[in-house]
Amino acid sequence: MTTLQEPATSPEIGGIGHSVKRQEDDRFIQGGGTYVDDVVLPNMAHMAILASPFAHAEIKSIDTAAAAAVPGVIAVVTGELLAEHNLAWMPTLSGDTQAVLATDKVRFQGQEVAAVIAEDPYVARDAVLLIDVDYEPLAPITSPQQGLEPDAPIIRTDKEDQTDNVVYDWEAGDEAATDAAFAQAVNVVELETFYPRSHPAPLETCAVVADLNPITGKATIYLTSQAPHAHRTLFALVAGLPEQNIRIISPDIGGGFGNKVPIYPGYVVATAASLLLGRPVKWVQTRTENLLTTGFARDYHMKGALALDADGRITAMRAEILSDQGAFFADAQPSKFKAGLVHICTGSYDMGAAHVKARGVYTNKAPGGVAYRCSFRVTEASYLIERLADNAAHQIGMDPAAFRMLNFIKPEQFPYESATGFVYDSGDYHTALQKVLDEVDYENLRKEQEDARAEGRYLGIGIASFTEVVGAGPSRDYDIIGLKMFDSAELRIHPTGKAILKLGVKTQGQGHETTFAQIVAEELGIPSTDIAVQEGDTDNTPYGLGTYASRSTPVGGAATAIIARKLRDKARLIAAHLLEANPDDLEWEPGRFFVKGSPDQGSTIQEIAFAAYTNHPEGMEAGLEGVHYYDPPNMTFPFGSYLVVVEVDPETGTWKVDRMVALDDCGVRINPMIVEGQIHGGLTEGFAKSNMQWLTFDEDGNCIGSNFMDYLVPTAYETPKFELLETVTPSPHHPIGAKGVGESPTVGSPAAYVNAVIDALRPFGVTTLDMPILPDRVWAAVKAAD
Amino acid sequence: MYPAAFEVTKARTLDEALAKLADLGDDGRVLAGGQSLIPMMKLRVAAPTHLVDINEIPDLDGIKQVNGHMSVGALARHADVVRADVANHTVAAAAPWVADPVVRNRGTMCGSIAHCDPEGDWNSVMLAVRAQVVATSSSGERVIPIDEFVKDFFTNSLQEGEMVTEVRVPNYAGAGGGDYLKLERKIGDYATVAVAIHLDLAGDGTIAQAGVALTAVNHVNTRASDAEAILVGNAPSEELFAAAADAAAAAADPVSDIRGPAEYKRDVVRVFTRRGLASALAKAQD
Amino acid sequence: MEVNVTINGAARTAEVEARTLLVDFIRTNLSLTGTHIGCDTTSCGVCTVLLDGTPVKSCTMFAFQADGHEIQTVEGLKNGELHPIQAAFKEEHGLQCGFCTPGMMLVGKALLEENLNPTDDEVRWAISGNLCRCTGYMNIVKAIQTAGAELSAAESGATA
Repeated sequence: MTTLQEPATSPEIGGIGHSVKRQEDDRFIQGGGTYVDDVVLPNMAHMAILASPFAHAEIKSIDTAAAAAVPGVIAVVTGELLAEHNLAWMPTLSGDTQAVLATDKVRFQGQEVAAVIAEDPYVARDAVLLIDVDYEPLAPITSPQQGLEPDAPIIRTDKEDQTDNVVYDWEAGDEAATDAAFAQAVNVVELETFYPRSHPAPLETCAVVADLNPITGKATIYLTSQAPHAHRTLFALVAGLPEQNIRIISPDIGGGFGNKVPIYPGYVVATAASLLLGRPVKWVQTRTENLLTTGFARDYHMKGALALDADGRITAMRAEILSDQGAFFADAQPSKFKAGLVHICTGSYDMGAAHVKARGVYTNKAPGGVAYRCSFRVTEASYLIERLADNAAHQIGMDPAAFRMLNFIKPEQFPYESATGFVYDSGDYHTALQKVLDEVDYENLRKEQEDARAEGRYLGIGIASFTEVVGAGPSRDYDIIGLKMFDSAELRIHPTGKAILKLGVKTQGQGHETTFAQIVAEELGIPSTDIAVQEGDTDNTPYGLGTYASRSTPVGGAATAIIARKLRDKARLIAAHLLEANPDDLEWEPGRFFVKGSPDQGSTIQEIAFAAYTNHPEGMEAGLEGVHYYDPPNMTFPFGSYLVVVEVDPETGTWKVDRMVALDDCGVRINPMIVEGQIHGGLTEGFAKSNMQWLTFDEDGNCIGSNFMDYLVPTAYETPKFELLETVTPSPHHPIGAKGVGESPTVGSPAAYVNAVIDALRPFGVTTLDMPILPDRVWAAVKAAD
Repeated sequence: MYPAAFEVTKARTLDEALAKLADLGDDGRVLAGGQSLIPMMKLRVAAPTHLVDINEIPDLDGIKQVNGHMSVGALARHADVVRADVANHTVAAAAPWVADPVVRNRGTMCGSIAHCDPEGDWNSVMLAVRAQVVATSSSGERVIPIDEFVKDFFTNSLQEGEMVTEVRVPNYAGAGGGDYLKLERKIGDYATVAVAIHLDLAGDGTIAQAGVALTAVNHVNTRASDAEAILVGNAPSEELFAAAADAAAAAADPVSDIRGPAEYKRDVVRVFTRRGLASALAKAQD
Repeated sequence: MEVNVTINGAARTAEVEARTLLVDFIRTNLSLTGTHIGCDTTSCGVCTVLLDGTPVKSCTMFAFQADGHEIQTVEGLKNGELHPIQAAFKEEHGLQCGFCTPGMMLVGKALLEENLNPTDDEVRWAISGNLCRCTGYMNIVKAIQTAGAELSAAESGATA
């Protein structure tokens, strides 16, 4: 059901639905944020890492003498030294292994080979350049296709049972039913496309300050971490440190977008160095290190097909995916799903059958990947189906909007079980798309397009109506290396009625300090500004799996609502005690219990909180505190419809966005201002990928895009202006009906931009283009058609 | 990233800077805006042993009209050129597309010209408008035509001990117009392709002087002489401009790279030349 | 070598190497960590400070070049009260992770000193040397315009 809700609380309380200004902003606008690089500890040393210039090479020898002799150098660390401590290799989030510092050979350009610890970062850099490594270059594998060739060299010679370069073979859905549907199809629509490698490139690079106290044995590790608790456990497993002696502090994070989910070799080396030297060690990545070595995303070669009946209805879908995993399989995704959640690829459409096959291959590229503002490969899945939907419409001569309307899952079909086994919780796709079409006056827009073509101007209209799956997840299905994907909230209400909320998730700019306080405000009537939200310090927050895959609100937000409700239940008992009434005779209004029929007789939550510590009923535990671990019953399924209008200059191949109208339905919006900000950001990243932003490699495995001059991030000048719309279809199973929003626009929008450019070029006979749609690609497509 | 260690002289006068440069010979390097040099030093692509910082020298930052030309001093920043009331259309069109707004506050036009990066904008502009570069050393001043100044890939014709102190952009003799068309992937990017166009019309409306110069499509910024020859002496027309555009494209010998194949870049030269000539003509006739 | 600057109105001195970048001088020697570092190629602008009132990328200047000059960083914006640009960034949700924010506010402030009523496109042009990965720039543009309106109102109030 689609509703737009009025807030239940007053603006003073600032519960759900209020655009409360962000609490965290006060420090950021005054330069008072504390990012990892801002952490300065007494006697702190600085680390620099030597990177491999080759994509694939044997290491013959490493000579560190000249580096060690530089005044100010404290130590030079090699893989050999780490091996003595059993630290030369580490586990990845997907259960593979990854070299910390290379010992046998290097497997991608930029791989970590050695490190220098020095008194000063300038000196560390001077010295690291003096390390002399003798490499014997090997033939590099720069694509998964090449990696599968019969005579391809084996990249993972370190793994005894690895006889080829295949990482995994995986499938989902019903192959027989899908084949049967395709056999009966009136039309079959096919698409082969490549979703290029991309990098989240948060403006703050990854960094660590490792501080192992040689006397107490306590390891305090300041880390750019989206998942500090999981990282603590990994550190315990990797380094063999007792977990109670590890404290991960993830302070302010300058953007994450998935890039700060994995553990990186530099973190391990800095920690080992601090352990060996007995002093704090800081390592801050250069931008090049960030782009060359850390969690990339995508790199999926995809083949998709739709089977259509005579009316244009989709009866089945096939998808075949070949994934470039780089040298070490370091995907951040649930253990059970080797290819992530790419089997959500049936998208917003009702079809009887689907079959997905995925194969991952090792190559001589940086290990990964991460999801990059996406819930475990939903981005690729959504892109494939939305490209196919447009192609299908054009192939059968139907308008792309009408084709979608015809094939959407209908509102009355929810909860809807997809052909690959997801149970969509709720949705109203028709209303969403119709609202967008109305906003742009779609029919008229198509006429304008016609008229423009007559004048030699090439306008294009692209639609994408995505369905996302977020909020991992139910612990029966979702875990990361065995850690179940629940999340937690601990709420402490102080005697004066102020509160502190501690969470297992970790904000990187999403505004948790405001949003989660609003959930408590909603449930307890305590003004959101009276609630401090704490995250990121594993000594002081309950265990959780962290923030990525749009899971904070679906999981951490639910935990928050439920613990607040539990405390409200207790508050009711205290209020009854104070009011000398039967608890069942009390009614709740935001911030206050009162006696039914006697609204004057009541106790505010602040009075109740005070009583919890000063005058609690006999037999009741004192205090008003609690913790809840929330295990979601299902995922949530945000959706939306996006429409893009572009104008293409066929002579130069450049294109610009005239309009970008985005409707998002993320269920209940806790803070509309923050939700819109998230959508703006996601739409920009979708635009970036469609227009300019990709990581590519030459045939030697050299990364083209190892700095911000070559890895292109759009500025305000190129970025489109966005027009936002909304519908609200609450999640029926989430305590407050919210679904998660940070990633939807990155997931949904790339296909809209691409469909628009292709649409503009249809008069030239262009039917496909791959991202990024670079001017030369447009030019070549137009020339080819001429 | 951090540069390698070096020594520095903070010159307070031009004479002091020139004396130090003479003294240092090959080891000395002028630090003006530093917006190309410092990133290269940070990436350790460049490691000069001695910098002569000229930023504190007074009176080098002028942009002024003298004797029929616009004089731009060694410390005039790109942003100063953007803000100045520049009569030359090609210069005015190019200035806002150099680097990004913050870099423009620091980087200098003379520095860019001396840098001779084939992807840099200014040298194409200067070729098109037939500018002159003033090189000064402790033994005096040389006025070098831009064609002689821009020698090769990152190579100028400065001699040991010389620095660029001024660039001179001649005023239009008649009705003049110009443009600079730049294809860049985003703000702050170097050109994938750019074309500088300059037209000076005779009283009868024919083209008395033409400048067509190309950025990023050869190993050095290039004058498209054949295109200019086609234009000069003729009355402007679409056909003429199309012929000049073809000639300009023929003068481009770009490399195929991440920004596109050579044929693409060459074709953009053609399109930009045609469009640039049309807009330059419109400005000249305005 | 010794570098003397006036930073946020206060005279500060430190001994540095010639190669010390201005951003490191500010962050390390002067312990003002509101100015950030985001790339190695002068591309991102998170290190932007005002040098004698003009935005510059402090990663692409040497500390010695600031000797004798005035620098303003994000820490110097508040003067008893928040500067209107700071207030507007909060009001309009012009920031998310906060990493680009100091540079964006300083560039915005410099723009408003030239033009109190910039259009959307003028703001976008002025901030195009500074990257943001979170906001899509929409609300940064709005925040700078809001601050302009605020400053403009204060100005006409003062002259009335």
